[in-house]
Amino acid sequence: MIDETTDRTVNEYVTAMVGGELFGLPIGRVQDVFVPDRVTRVPLAPPEIAGILNLRGRIVTLVDLCHRLGLEHRDPSVMAIGVELKGESYGLMIDQVGEVMSLDVADFERNPVNLDRNLAAVTSGIYRLESQLLLVLDIDRVLDIGRGAAAA
Amino acid sequence: MDDLLREFVTETNESLDVVDVELVRFEQDPNNARILDNIFRLVHTIKGTCGFLGLPRLEALAHAAETVMGKFRDGLPATHEAVSVILATIDRIKEILAALERDQCEPDGSDSDLIADLESIAERTKKPMPRTAEEATEQALGRPLRPGEVSLDELERAFRETPVDPRAVKTTKPAAEDPPKDEEAVRASAQSIRVTVDTIEHLMTMVSELVLTRNQLLEIVRRHDDSEFKTPLQRLSNVTAELQEGVMKTRMQPIGSAWQKFPRIIRDLAHDLGKEIELELQGAETELDRQVLDLIKDPLTHMLRNSADHGLETPAERRAAGKPHQGYIRLSAYHEGGHIIIQLSDDGRGLNTARIKAKALAQGLISEAEAEKLSDAQIHKFIFAAGFSTAQAVTAVSGRGVGMDVVRNNIDQIGGTIDVKSVSGQGVSFTIKIPLTLAIVAALIVEVGGSRFAIPQLSVIELVRARKGGDHRIERIKDTAVLRLRDKLLPLARLSKLLGIEGKDALEGGYIVVTQVGNQTFGIVVDGVFHTEEIVVKPMSSKLRDIPMFSGNTILGDGAVIMIIDPNGVARSLGTAVATQLAAAERAQAQDPEKADADMTSMLLFRAGSSQPKAVPLSLITRLEEIDARKIELSNGRHMVQYRGQLMPLVSMTDKPVRSEGAQPLLVFSDGQRSMALVVDEIVDIVEDHLDIQVGSGNPGVLGSAVIKGHATEIVDVAHFLPLAFEDWFRRKDDTRRERQRTVLLVDDSPFFRNMLMPVLQAAGYAVAAAGSAKEALALIEAGKTFDSVVTDIEMPEMDGFELAEALRADPRSATVPVIALSSQVSTDLIERGRRAGLHDYVAKFDRQGLIASLMEQTGMGNAA
Repeated sequence: MIDETTDRTVNEYVTAMVGGELFGLPIGRVQDVFVPDRVTRVPLAPPEIAGILNLRGRIVTLVDLCHRLGLEHRDPSVMAIGVELKGESYGLMIDQVGEVMSLDVADFERNPVNLDRNLAAVTSGIYRLESQLLLVLDIDRVLDIGRGAAAA
Repeated sequence: MDDLLREFVTETNESLDVVDVELVRFEQDPNNARILDNIFRLVHTIKGTCGFLGLPRLEALAHAAETVMGKFRDGLPATHEAVSVILATIDRIKEILAALERDQCEPDGSDSDLIADLESIAERTKKPMPRTAEEATEQALGRPLRPGEVSLDELERAFRETPVDPRAVKTTKPAAEDPPKDEEAVRASAQSIRVTVDTIEHLMTMVSELVLTRNQLLEIVRRHDDSEFKTPLQRLSNVTAELQEGVMKTRMQPIGSAWQKFPRIIRDLAHDLGKEIELELQGAETELDRQVLDLIKDPLTHMLRNSADHGLETPAERRAAGKPHQGYIRLSAYHEGGHIIIQLSDDGRGLNTARIKAKALAQGLISEAEAEKLSDAQIHKFIFAAGFSTAQAVTAVSGRGVGMDVVRNNIDQIGGTIDVKSVSGQGVSFTIKIPLTLAIVAALIVEVGGSRFAIPQLSVIELVRARKGGDHRIERIKDTAVLRLRDKLLPLARLSKLLGIEGKDALEGGYIVVTQVGNQTFGIVVDGVFHTEEIVVKPMSSKLRDIPMFSGNTILGDGAVIMIIDPNGVARSLGTAVATQLAAAERAQAQDPEKADADMTSMLLFRAGSSQPKAVPLSLITRLEEIDARKIELSNGRHMVQYRGQLMPLVSMTDKPVRSEGAQPLLVFSDGQRSMALVVDEIVDIVEDHLDIQVGSGNPGVLGSAVIKGHATEIVDVAHFLPLAFEDWFRRKDDTRRERQRTVLLVDDSPFFRNMLMPVLQAAGYAVAAAGSAKEALALIEAGKTFDSVVTDIEMPEMDGFELAEALRADPRSATVPVIALSSQVSTDLIERGRRAGLHDYVAKFDRQGLIASLMEQTGMGNAA
């Protein structure tokens, strides 16, 4: 896998803490990081949907990532990572945003077989960092709310 | 080359659509040289352009078609066959155009088949024939008579001997009326430019953003009393409103553009089905938003096919039923308020009520017992139920599993409604009501459980506040809360309950948004009502789209995002449970609203003692109850029942004993704290009819007899029975009389605002009379009515608020009455103009507190509230 063109062997991730775990989101998919303000709760919405809000004139659907991943809330989620899917804007609620990491493609591993089923359903693989594991989120699958949640 | 080609394709497609329509007209009216000239010119232009652009296939086809049409001009009969071949040619040209648009070049292929057909038709007449009117009609057949057909001569004779059917005459428009219109259209096209839809869409998005920003600014300024921004912002606000209107206008298209293909469809269908069909299109110039237009195109086409296929009978069946052999379909469109109304009616056999009922039973939509209670109109509504199609044979034309349910879904999606009326043997009429635009709508902002929601104003009829002992009371039929509103019982939907959030639980004192969806009227109970706001509808996230209670979301002036309530969803949630209990009440409402005028009375039909039905005006009854007969107690020789913590006396209308077991239906009458109940055998129905007592009665307790729903019915004299329960029933009234109420005349052309303001004024202690126009108001004064003050809208059609004020000043009877103006715009200019016209005060339209304060000041009723 090691190429001469080194830039192609590196993947960049925005890292975030959610429910005590470290997750990586492909940087190409991340639009912005913001603090959700004046969130409108939507009655009858799926439990993963924390609400909707106005972000610079766009209506953004907030996803309670902790709930979506089946994790326990350790800290209140105070920040959100903005992503887009099929022209719609979403905000993934996280506890804390971390640094941007450049990681070697060669170190990318498939999900371990014993990974929690809820997590395995929405992660594409892992990196073993020195201190802990980094789970790489598959944003399309994270946002596959409804069917995905029902199956889990 | 690219641009040229694209231009050519667009233009040619438009021309061909016209040719389609004109050809069908020409076939029906082969002597109309003007139509023919028009077609000839269009085809000629197409041919010329094809030659110029080097498109040999198109050129050859257009040339052959042009030749045939040239022959038509020279007197070749326009037979069905000839027209069909030309229509087929046009279809082929369209196919080639589509390929051309896709691939930038003419597709391979040969058109020799069509060209040969066209040539053979052109060959048929070598010499031009003399064109006298009689011969032309003779020629129109262009083939020998088939068995069973009648010669034209005979038909003519039959015609002369038959009395004229006035409707048939009315529907055939004289062709001579048309030319000036066409010329106008030609001139108009010379002054227009083509803009891509994307450009307009983008413009619309930007205007939407502008509206939002303006709303935000207005919100900020509202919080600061003396802001120097006020005046420029007012200006910005007006400019934005105008810009919005302008951009909306560019998105408007005549509905006729969706209808263009219909004459052709009907012609082909008539041919395929062996029917004769006349299609009349009315109001094709009615404009609506292109987004809406796109969404109704398919449903309309489907319904038109349905009418032609299932609705209309074959000529033989029609003759047997004594109808003209030619079936008739009418499609009309017109504006009404912020809506466009589209009506599609035919004079066919009408809906088959029995078959629909059977199917509804088979599908388990209703039970046998419910089916018995439903009126025909209610049964007809089942055609809109999912998966409902009664067509026995699946024909090529319709019945492909796409039924009226899909039509209704499409119409629901755009916030429209559809209704059906059918008379057996006389035809079906569909009425579709859709909003003109979807992008920006006025909405009522309400509060439930601390959250705000928007309810589109288009479906809001009025706003009422339910109070104990007021005109609008909340009552219960079994466990269902209903609102009594002017003799009608409306089911209530508590928004907090529907949305599963915590709201105030008290129904009394809450606000009720009276909403109408189709024929269904119901009240939505909310905690509070703020104001109306022009909102920009933004589509909901796909994750939320499954929630039926919402139709979208929007950003309010203060920047908050709120959900827009979908009244259709609320109506459906009321659906079954309430529908059965309220079936009777609803039936009374479902009656033609035009008939629901002053001399119609809602009456409750019941039986007591005898089999003859009895009736009592519904407005007198407080509640209908069914109690367990075992709970009836005998006290002091009287039947009593414990009811809401009190003993309520029961009065029997006959000598028949009160039931001792089972359920006992009661009619409860209340006045203040006291209630009594009439014991009846069975509650039959609620009907709306003229209360016209024809035969008086010597029988105490019966006012007389009237014919209700075709049956002689005894009208019960409630006043006779009330004292039987409480001897002093009528004596207590007088001491509760209030001192004279101040009267207000409210003038506003919008029923919505009238209905919104009336309860506000009434709550403040005024007796309110309402007028829908300045003229109406002046007529009231003319009739000798006096008022302590007049509250009037400024912007009204015909005669505005200023003119009204001037007219009131000029009349000695009303010269001293204070006039308060309501306006959505308040500027120094207007206030100055108002002073000159004699207005006493100027209040912003939504400023209710301001209005009340001003009223008190003007009428000197400082201590009333």
